[in-house]
Amino acid sequence: MSWIVYVLIVPLVFLGMLVNSLGVISLYRFKDVYMRMHGATKCSTLGTLFCAAAVIVYCAARIAAGGELRFAVLIIHIVMALFGLLIGNSTSAHVLSRAAYRSGIKPRFAVVDEFGDFCKKELEEEAAELAQEEERE
Amino acid sequence: MIFARSLFGFAAAVLGVLAFGSAARIIWGPTDADRAVALDTMNSLVIAIMILLAAAYDSVLLVDLAIVYGGLSFVATMFLARYIERRSRS
Repeated sequence: MSWIVYVLIVPLVFLGMLVNSLGVISLYRFKDVYMRMHGATKCSTLGTLFCAAAVIVYCAARIAAGGELRFAVLIIHIVMALFGLLIGNSTSAHVLSRAAYRSGIKPRFAVVDEFGDFCKKELEEEAAELAQEEERE
Repeated sequence: MIFARSLFGFAAAVLGVLAFGSAARIIWGPTDADRAVALDTMNSLVIAIMILLAAAYDSVLLVDLAIVYGGLSFVATMFLARYIERRSRS
Protein backbone atom coordinates (compact mmCIF):
# COMPACT_ATOMS: atom_id res chain seq x y z
CA MET A 1 0.00 0.00 0.00
CA SER A 2 1.38 3.34 -1.03
CA TRP A 3 1.32 6.50 1.03
CA ILE A 4 -1.40 8.03 -1.21
CA VAL A 5 -3.93 5.72 0.43
CA TYR A 6 -2.98 6.99 3.87
CA VAL A 7 -3.51 10.55 2.69
CA LEU A 8 -7.13 9.52 2.09
CA ILE A 9 -7.66 7.23 5.08
CA VAL A 10 -6.23 9.30 7.95
CA PRO A 11 -8.33 12.47 7.38
CA LEU A 12 -11.47 10.38 6.88
CA VAL A 13 -10.99 8.51 10.17
CA PHE A 14 -10.18 11.68 12.09
CA LEU A 15 -13.16 13.50 10.57
CA GLY A 16 -15.35 10.59 11.61
CA MET A 17 -14.08 10.72 15.20
CA LEU A 18 -14.45 14.53 15.31
CA VAL A 19 -18.02 14.57 14.01
CA ASN A 20 -19.07 11.69 16.26
CA SER A 21 -17.61 13.44 19.31
CA LEU A 22 -19.45 16.63 18.33
CA GLY A 23 -22.65 14.57 18.30
CA VAL A 24 -22.02 13.24 21.81
CA ILE A 25 -21.02 16.70 23.11
CA SER A 26 -24.28 18.10 21.72
CA LEU A 27 -26.15 15.65 23.97
CA TYR A 28 -24.78 17.61 26.94
CA ARG A 29 -24.54 21.19 25.69
CA PHE A 30 -28.11 21.65 24.46
CA LYS A 31 -31.07 22.46 26.67
CA ASP A 32 -34.04 20.79 25.02
CA VAL A 33 -34.96 17.32 23.72
CA TYR A 34 -35.44 18.65 20.21
CA MET A 35 -32.13 20.52 20.17
CA ARG A 36 -30.31 17.44 21.46
CA MET A 37 -31.98 15.32 18.81
CA HIS A 38 -31.00 17.81 16.11
CA GLY A 39 -27.35 17.64 17.14
CA ALA A 40 -26.99 13.98 17.98
CA THR A 41 -28.80 12.35 15.07
CA LYS A 42 -27.18 14.34 12.29
CA CYS A 43 -23.68 14.18 13.73
CA SER A 44 -23.70 10.47 14.54
CA THR A 45 -25.02 9.59 11.08
CA LEU A 46 -22.39 11.72 9.31
CA GLY A 47 -19.59 10.44 11.54
CA THR A 48 -20.48 6.81 10.88
CA LEU A 49 -20.57 7.64 7.18
CA PHE A 50 -17.02 9.05 7.35
CA CYS A 51 -15.67 6.01 9.27
CA ALA A 52 -17.26 3.63 6.77
CA ALA A 53 -15.82 5.66 3.87
CA ALA A 54 -12.35 5.26 5.37
CA VAL A 55 -12.85 1.49 5.65
CA ILE A 56 -14.11 1.33 2.05
CA VAL A 57 -11.00 3.18 0.80
CA TYR A 58 -8.80 0.80 2.82
CA CYS A 59 -10.54 -2.27 1.34
CA ALA A 60 -10.27 -0.88 -2.20
CA ALA A 61 -6.54 -0.36 -1.67
CA ARG A 62 -6.16 -3.93 -0.41
CA ILE A 63 -7.99 -5.20 -3.52
CA ALA A 64 -5.71 -3.14 -5.74
CA ALA A 65 -2.64 -4.43 -3.90
CA GLY A 66 -3.39 -8.14 -3.54
CA GLY A 67 -6.62 -8.81 -5.38
CA GLU A 68 -8.29 -10.75 -2.59
CA LEU A 69 -12.02 -11.43 -2.97
CA ARG A 70 -12.68 -11.11 0.80
CA PHE A 71 -12.37 -7.33 0.69
CA ALA A 72 -14.89 -6.98 -2.14
CA VAL A 73 -17.40 -8.85 0.04
CA LEU A 74 -16.51 -6.50 2.91
CA ILE A 75 -17.18 -3.43 0.73
CA ILE A 76 -20.57 -4.74 -0.41
CA HIS A 77 -21.65 -5.52 3.16
CA ILE A 78 -20.50 -2.12 4.43
CA VAL A 79 -22.54 -0.40 1.72
CA MET A 80 -25.60 -2.44 2.75
CA ALA A 81 -25.09 -1.51 6.42
CA LEU A 82 -24.74 2.17 5.49
CA PHE A 83 -27.95 2.06 3.47
CA GLY A 84 -29.86 0.63 6.42
CA LEU A 85 -28.25 3.14 8.79
CA LEU A 86 -29.17 6.16 6.65
CA ILE A 87 -32.82 5.17 6.28
CA GLY A 88 -33.19 3.91 9.85
CA ASN A 89 -31.59 6.87 11.62
CA SER A 90 -33.58 9.55 9.83
CA THR A 91 -36.87 7.69 10.20
CA SER A 92 -36.36 6.92 13.88
CA ALA A 93 -35.42 10.56 14.63
CA HIS A 94 -38.63 11.69 12.94
CA VAL A 95 -40.75 9.20 14.90
CA LEU A 96 -39.00 10.07 18.18
CA SER A 97 -39.58 13.80 17.81
CA ARG A 98 -43.24 13.20 17.00
CA ALA A 99 -43.61 10.96 20.05
CA ALA A 100 -41.83 13.51 22.25
CA TYR A 101 -44.20 16.26 21.10
CA ARG A 102 -47.27 14.13 21.65
CA SER A 103 -46.05 13.11 25.11
CA GLY A 104 -46.37 16.73 26.20
CA ILE A 105 -42.83 18.16 25.94
CA LYS A 106 -43.31 21.53 24.27
CA PRO A 107 -40.43 23.12 22.32
CA ARG A 108 -39.90 26.18 24.52
CA PHE A 109 -37.15 27.70 22.39
CA ALA A 110 -38.91 27.30 19.05
CA VAL A 111 -40.23 30.32 17.15
CA VAL A 112 -42.65 28.58 14.77
CA ASP A 113 -44.75 25.63 15.96
CA GLU A 114 -46.76 24.27 13.03
CA PHE A 115 -47.14 20.75 14.38
CA GLY A 116 -48.88 22.16 17.45
CA ASP A 117 -51.57 23.77 15.28
CA PHE A 118 -51.94 20.49 13.40
CA CYS A 119 -52.35 18.55 16.65
CA LYS A 120 -54.94 21.05 17.91
CA LYS A 121 -56.96 20.71 14.69
CA GLU A 122 -56.77 16.91 14.94
CA LEU A 123 -58.02 16.96 18.54
CA GLU A 124 -60.92 19.25 17.57
CA GLU A 125 -61.92 16.88 14.75
CA GLU A 126 -61.81 13.90 17.13
CA ALA A 127 -64.01 15.78 19.61
CA ALA A 128 -66.49 16.65 16.83
CA GLU A 129 -66.68 12.99 15.74
CA LEU A 130 -67.30 11.87 19.32
CA ALA A 131 -70.10 14.44 19.70
CA GLN A 132 -71.72 13.23 16.47
CA GLU A 133 -71.66 9.60 17.65
CA GLU A 134 -73.27 10.58 20.95
CA GLU A 135 -76.04 12.42 19.09
CA ARG A 136 -76.77 9.32 16.98
CA GLU A 137 -77.10 7.16 20.05
CA MET B 1 -0.98 -2.00 6.45
CA ILE B 2 -0.24 -2.46 10.14
CA PHE B 3 -0.48 1.32 10.56
CA ALA B 4 -3.94 1.37 8.97
CA ARG B 5 -5.11 -1.48 11.21
CA SER B 6 -3.89 0.16 14.39
CA LEU B 7 -5.47 3.44 13.24
CA PHE B 8 -8.83 1.71 12.90
CA GLY B 9 -8.38 0.12 16.33
CA PHE B 10 -7.58 3.50 17.89
CA ALA B 11 -10.65 5.07 16.25
CA ALA B 12 -12.80 2.21 17.58
CA ALA B 13 -11.45 2.81 21.10
CA VAL B 14 -12.25 6.54 20.90
CA LEU B 15 -15.78 5.79 19.67
CA GLY B 16 -16.17 3.32 22.55
CA VAL B 17 -15.41 6.10 25.04
CA LEU B 18 -17.99 8.29 23.26
CA ALA B 19 -20.55 5.48 23.53
CA PHE B 20 -20.01 5.43 27.29
CA GLY B 21 -20.58 9.20 27.25
CA SER B 22 -23.98 8.80 25.66
CA ALA B 23 -24.75 5.94 28.06
CA ALA B 24 -24.34 8.48 30.87
CA ARG B 25 -27.07 10.54 29.22
CA ILE B 26 -29.30 7.45 29.15
CA ILE B 27 -28.90 7.09 32.93
CA TRP B 28 -29.11 10.80 33.67
CA GLY B 29 -31.65 12.12 31.17
CA PRO B 30 -34.53 14.18 32.56
CA THR B 31 -37.26 12.78 30.31
CA ASP B 32 -37.89 9.50 28.52
CA ALA B 33 -37.43 11.10 25.10
CA ASP B 34 -33.90 12.15 26.12
CA ARG B 35 -33.06 8.56 26.97
CA ALA B 36 -34.42 7.34 23.64
CA VAL B 37 -32.36 9.92 21.71
CA ALA B 38 -29.20 8.93 23.60
CA LEU B 39 -29.90 5.25 22.88
CA ASP B 40 -30.26 6.04 19.19
CA THR B 41 -26.91 7.85 19.21
CA MET B 42 -25.28 4.94 21.01
CA ASN B 43 -26.63 2.48 18.44
CA SER B 44 -25.09 4.30 15.50
CA LEU B 45 -21.81 4.61 17.44
CA VAL B 46 -21.78 0.84 18.00
CA ILE B 47 -22.38 0.28 14.27
CA ALA B 48 -19.38 2.52 13.48
CA ILE B 49 -17.25 0.58 16.00
CA MET B 50 -18.23 -2.73 14.43
CA ILE B 51 -17.36 -1.52 10.90
CA LEU B 52 -13.97 -0.22 12.08
CA LEU B 53 -13.17 -3.44 13.96
CA ALA B 54 -14.14 -5.49 10.92
CA ALA B 55 -11.47 -3.64 8.96
CA ALA B 56 -8.98 -3.99 11.82
CA TYR B 57 -9.47 -7.75 12.20
CA ASP B 58 -10.20 -8.53 8.48
CA SER B 59 -13.49 -10.27 9.24
CA VAL B 60 -16.75 -9.98 7.30
CA LEU B 61 -18.68 -11.45 10.25
CA LEU B 62 -18.58 -8.18 12.21
CA VAL B 63 -20.11 -6.22 9.32
CA ASP B 64 -22.93 -8.77 9.09
CA LEU B 65 -23.44 -8.27 12.82
CA ALA B 66 -23.57 -4.51 12.21
CA ILE B 67 -26.31 -4.93 9.57
CA VAL B 68 -28.44 -7.06 11.90
CA TYR B 69 -27.77 -4.72 14.84
CA GLY B 70 -28.87 -1.73 12.75
CA GLY B 71 -32.16 -3.37 11.80
CA LEU B 72 -32.89 -4.47 15.36
CA SER B 73 -32.06 -1.04 16.81
CA PHE B 74 -34.39 0.59 14.27
CA VAL B 75 -37.27 -1.66 15.36
CA ALA B 76 -36.43 -1.06 19.03
CA THR B 77 -36.48 2.72 18.57
CA MET B 78 -39.84 2.50 16.79
CA PHE B 79 -41.37 0.57 19.71
CA LEU B 80 -39.80 2.95 22.25
CA ALA B 81 -41.39 5.90 20.44
CA ARG B 82 -44.75 4.14 20.41
CA TYR B 83 -44.40 3.47 24.14
CA ILE B 84 -43.54 7.09 24.94
CA GLU B 85 -46.44 8.37 22.84
CA ARG B 86 -49.06 5.97 24.11
CA ARG B 87 -48.25 6.21 27.80
CA SER B 88 -48.74 9.95 27.94
CA ARG B 89 -52.02 10.18 26.00
CA SER B 90 -53.92 7.74 28.20
